[in-house]
Amino acid sequence: MSAVKSTREKVEAGLPRRRRKERTFKLVGLLATTVGIVFLGVFFSTLIAEGSSAFKQTFLQLDIELSEDVLAPDGELDLAYADFDGLVRTALRAQLPEVSGRSDRRALYRIVSVGAAYQVRDLIAANPELLGTTQSMWVPAASNVDMLIKGNIDANLDETLRPVSDKQIGWVRALEEAGRLETRFNKALFSNGDSREPELAGIKGAVMGSLYMLLVTLVLAFPIGVAAAIYLEEFAPKNRWSDLIEVNINNLAAVPSIVFGLLGLAVFINWASLPRSAPVVGGLVLTLLTLPVIIIASRAAIKAVPPSIREAALGLGASQTQVVFHHVLPLAMPGMLTGAIIGMSRALGESAPLLMIGMVAFIVDVPARLTDPATALPVQIYLWADSPERAFAERTSAAIIVLLGFLLVMNLTAVILRKRMERKW
Amino acid sequence: MQSATLILLLGFMATAAFFIGRGRSLALVGGPGHGLALHSLPGYYGYYVAIWVVLPALALLSAWVLLEPKLIVALVVNGLPEAYRNLPAGELNLLVNNIQNLAAGDVISVAADDMLQDAATLFNAYAAKSRQILAVLALGVAGLGGVHAWRLINPDLRARNRVEGVIRWFLIAASSIAIFTTIGIVLSVLFEAIRFFQKVPVTEFLFGLNWSPQTAIRADQVGSSGSFGAVPLFTGTMLITAIAMVVAVPVGLMTAIYLAEYSSARVRGVAKPLLEILAGIPTVVYGFFAALTVAPWVRQAGESAGIDVASESALAAGLVMGIMIIPLVSSLSDDAINAVPTAMRDGALGLGSTRSETMTKVILPAALPGIVGGILLAVSRAIGETMIVVMAAGLAANLTANPFEAVTTVTVQIVTLLVGDQEFDSAKTLAAFALGLMLFVVTLFLNVIGLSVVRKYREQYD
Repeated sequence: MSAVKSTREKVEAGLPRRRRKERTFKLVGLLATTVGIVFLGVFFSTLIAEGSSAFKQTFLQLDIELSEDVLAPDGELDLAYADFDGLVRTALRAQLPEVSGRSDRRALYRIVSVGAAYQVRDLIAANPELLGTTQSMWVPAASNVDMLIKGNIDANLDETLRPVSDKQIGWVRALEEAGRLETRFNKALFSNGDSREPELAGIKGAVMGSLYMLLVTLVLAFPIGVAAAIYLEEFAPKNRWSDLIEVNINNLAAVPSIVFGLLGLAVFINWASLPRSAPVVGGLVLTLLTLPVIIIASRAAIKAVPPSIREAALGLGASQTQVVFHHVLPLAMPGMLTGAIIGMSRALGESAPLLMIGMVAFIVDVPARLTDPATALPVQIYLWADSPERAFAERTSAAIIVLLGFLLVMNLTAVILRKRMERKW
Repeated sequence: MQSATLILLLGFMATAAFFIGRGRSLALVGGPGHGLALHSLPGYYGYYVAIWVVLPALALLSAWVLLEPKLIVALVVNGLPEAYRNLPAGELNLLVNNIQNLAAGDVISVAADDMLQDAATLFNAYAAKSRQILAVLALGVAGLGGVHAWRLINPDLRARNRVEGVIRWFLIAASSIAIFTTIGIVLSVLFEAIRFFQKVPVTEFLFGLNWSPQTAIRADQVGSSGSFGAVPLFTGTMLITAIAMVVAVPVGLMTAIYLAEYSSARVRGVAKPLLEILAGIPTVVYGFFAALTVAPWVRQAGESAGIDVASESALAAGLVMGIMIIPLVSSLSDDAINAVPTAMRDGALGLGSTRSETMTKVILPAALPGIVGGILLAVSRAIGETMIVVMAAGLAANLTANPFEAVTTVTVQIVTLLVGDQEFDSAKTLAAFALGLMLFVVTLFLNVIGLSVVRKYREQYD
């Protein structure tokens, strides 16, 4: 009898193997789950490590003599032609009098940003009475000096391999010892438009561009999306046309965003000849892009309103339209708003279609109108990521931190809205 | 008058019309106490008049704004001296552009002579005139509409039904925008693609092995005739998509299984939102991460293993894209797994199978169609993804299956061909639309199949 195993024995013989398999399977699942979370951790830590230094910026203190002889040689101050650069250079030479020789002096001038001259000009433009006085000013240092101070340029590297020379490093150290070099909060990052000089480049233009686009998108996409959702849920007869609309909306939600960019280029710019690079065109493209998201979310919100509400209102003699606008819509509104915010946050992060409609141009001015050329925050990130200067890498990370901050605020608002306004029926 | 002011004025008129209409309806039946004699609530009469004020005026306004630029240009061109009017179309276009820029006070490409100056002044004069006429006409139409509606008001007027009819049409129009968007996409891509295929044969585009879209600007230039064989782009796209899927499908699926079957509620409550953050990160950020962090890692790892890795390797872009797609795969798999009836799971467990056996032998086979549908959607997402590959994959159209080499994709080429100034009659620009057509058709195909499989399958077990 012992030769023939009972069923029980067979099962028990297999049990250790099966339990091992079970453990392995569970472990693999755990590993898979951690992959995404580990990536998230690595991603955020490198981002913060890389980007946090961009919020600080190196400044130099210079005593600038606003001499009338230089600024107004004929007794007339002409802001467009006055030699502000010269004033900054003179002040720099006065600070480090030991520097002599043409090439050395030129190297010296390169440790201060070209923005210093603009700063002097703005000061004079705002206060013409300062002409003839000497002002002590904190002006931005050149980006290479900034990188050196932040340790992003290795001073121990061979001189030919780094963008700052030994002499320049010596001068910077001298200024540092004299207490004339400081790192301060980088205001330029938030108050300037784009610039070729990293130390002057800021995200204000891009943020405003994104803001204008989101404004257009919100004004168009929210009412249209809600109206479409109401029609499809409450009014549409079950026929071919509504089925077609339904299939279309679901497909549009999955169409690659760059295809919407092609649509925008062909229709809005080529055919309707709207201005290139304008936030209004970007807003229109993003409207089409976010409509499916908003419609799908709004339909879900309408579906969640129990039919008893509709039946009660209909029973009291309300018309179909009155039922929808007086009862269903107010009850579904929190859900719809949540959907709208999620749609907006998707629109804010979108960049591929904007490349198609010319929003990648190098634009220094902060847009003031919907038709001004502008860029958007994600596109600015793309542009900066392409720049070879070391200083732009940290600014890119800083811009990403700002973008993710906006997205976080929007999504938190959506979550809170959902939690606070949610009704259990 | 600015259009904004005009629209604001119309808004005021509409508000006034609402109150006038409501008052009129009540006055007709003898005061607020007698509202029952009216067919509709008094407010509906107000809305009725307001609609009559706004709609015709807005229709006029939009028609005017659409036609105005062409009309003014035609008038200005008519006013030009004979010699200029008979210029070839291209030069005339340039001239008109200069006049418009001069009129707007911008810098123009040629010296501004008297003729241009006069034309610009004329242009501005016409523009101002047109605005005046528009303002008068729009307000006039609004007023007339209001008066007309006011005269129509009587107690038997079915105001509510009419107002609701207008609302109904607005709702229908809003929901039809989805269809018009699809039509717009198809038409805009198709027309330009057809123009491209008139210059370059379809067969060369679909089966050619050489992609170098540089075309000669002048006729006498050498060596840049341009060749538009898109096969290297298709293989490049497929290579990167395949790498992304190799990452995303197992990881996403196992994540879904672990969170659904094994993890405690607390772990799930933490892990799910974290994965959702992954889905919410903008693609440009992934691209930056791929190009500046992952690509150097991959290169270093390759070097230490003795493999020659390109600095813009397909592997780096594919890996990051895969991570981006994990949440999509995991949430769609989660849906599919949850749609399997509990009876099947309980049956398998009751017969003594372990959880992993239940999962692999019962639930996954039952959920397979739904998972496959979800994977199709993920593939479509990977094919259409743009920013990661633009930033992390190269521009070199290599025909290779080696993940360590640089490849380029359809979306990268669309972006490079269309960013910057372009002429709409060169094969180079039009090629982007042909690629766009391919992209749209392929992703549409995947989406339609994926969506219908996912939905059909969900209904099956309901």
